[in-house]
Amino acid sequence: MEIKKQGTTNFVNEISAIPGGEVVKLCIQCGTCSASCPNATRMDYTPRQLIAMARAGMRDEVLSSHSPWLCLSCYLCTVRCPRGIKPTDLMHTLECLALRNNVSSGRSYTPKMYRSFSDFVYSIGSVPEMGFMTWYYLLTNPLRAIKMLPQALSLLRHGRLSPKAKRMKPEAEAQLKAILDKAEAIVIGGTR
Amino acid sequence: MKYYTYFPGCSAAHGNSTAYDRSAQAVAKALDVELIELENWNCCGSTPYSSVDELASYCCSARNLALAEKRGFDLVTPCSACFVLLIKTNTALKEYPELRGEVKEALAAGKLEYNGTVKVRHLLDVFVNDIGSEQVKTRVKKDLSGLKVAPYYGCQIVRPGPSFDHPEFPKSLDGLVTSLGAEAVPFPLKARCCGGSLILSEEDIALGLLHKLFNSAANNGAQCIVTVCPLCQTNLDVYQSKVNNKFNTKFNIPVLFFTQLMGVAFGIESKDLGLGKCIVSPQKALAGYLSK
Repeated sequence: MEIKKQGTTNFVNEISAIPGGEVVKLCIQCGTCSASCPNATRMDYTPRQLIAMARAGMRDEVLSSHSPWLCLSCYLCTVRCPRGIKPTDLMHTLECLALRNNVSSGRSYTPKMYRSFSDFVYSIGSVPEMGFMTWYYLLTNPLRAIKMLPQALSLLRHGRLSPKAKRMKPEAEAQLKAILDKAEAIVIGGTR
Repeated sequence: MKYYTYFPGCSAAHGNSTAYDRSAQAVAKALDVELIELENWNCCGSTPYSSVDELASYCCSARNLALAEKRGFDLVTPCSACFVLLIKTNTALKEYPELRGEVKEALAAGKLEYNGTVKVRHLLDVFVNDIGSEQVKTRVKKDLSGLKVAPYYGCQIVRPGPSFDHPEFPKSLDGLVTSLGAEAVPFPLKARCCGGSLILSEEDIALGLLHKLFNSAANNGAQCIVTVCPLCQTNLDVYQSKVNNKFNTKFNIPVLFFTQLMGVAFGIESKDLGLGKCIVSPQKALAGYLSK
């Protein structure tokens, strides 16, 4: 791993510009986050390593890491960090940055699963489970859906899977969309 | 009568966890609590949206908070994912002025404004701390004594907070279960992760976590698990057979919403609690306690 000194401050600044991001500067590399993480052993870099790499300016390596996509958002690291860093939120930030920069995260289906979910929230303001699942399997590998059939059938049998999508009132849907479009414009406008 | 603005969330309102909404309403009624659904609420965005677009995710919650602010009551949700997103948004808007400005600008595009005054609550918090165990006890018609229950909190109801209970060793649900006459068994993994939404993208990992939870509950003699979150219930209930296949186990532990267990103790009819929607049938575990 070559440390690119020139990029160091840039990437730290990029992360620091995001709410809550600046506290990565306080990390003492104690490893409490990694020790608390149920998935750390499966990650290519542990949360502690990711923070060290981010501070060393290793932008490409950090953003293409598989690790953030394995974050369960259980927040154990967050409540245990002695320096008040919120590693869970940092993982979310890194995921957003990776997607925004079109950096591939390799083998994980998680980005497409998250994207399928957020597409529905953006479009109709709610997540119809059957629609979301269908969209997700279409975006990834439709054949995988076959393995889900027993679960889908037992949900159907117990009246827990509806093909219908609940829609908000048109004016409420338009209002949400106007707000989310404005949020997108603010981010693209480069204020952060 | 106590009044709250109610945010059911997608899963409980119209997804696979409508039994949660139904039982929550039935139990609330019995406790003189009125849950008034927030009109025109939108999905909280949950963890996925905050991992795709942070600002948009904050805006999803901010819209709901702005709508709730007009009504003046505490905003109550039975869903831990909604709870964590709404709480996080409230906290972030207080902590980060720049974010507050951006969210304000975005909300203005929808002619909304949020001043940060809404108190976000989880339904468990309301029943435990606003109503209290003494009041709950007076409503119990069928004492659940003899029933061994593993109280499962999962993650997002207590973390990252600020929450109403300890982030790693919570006990509010234990107390509630006990006030129904049931026994809350020791459950060391009660605030550990069920795999969350990664059940869909990293199934093997999630099944491994679920396996640990079932082991912990079963080793302590639990006859059922109670949950406070639609996603936890789904993972534990719907995927229990997959865990059994993968680990060659024979777990057969019903997984109830805490409101369903309260409803059973209150003598509310099974159909009003949605008990028939449990994949792992609770009939045997609850045999002596159910009202027809």
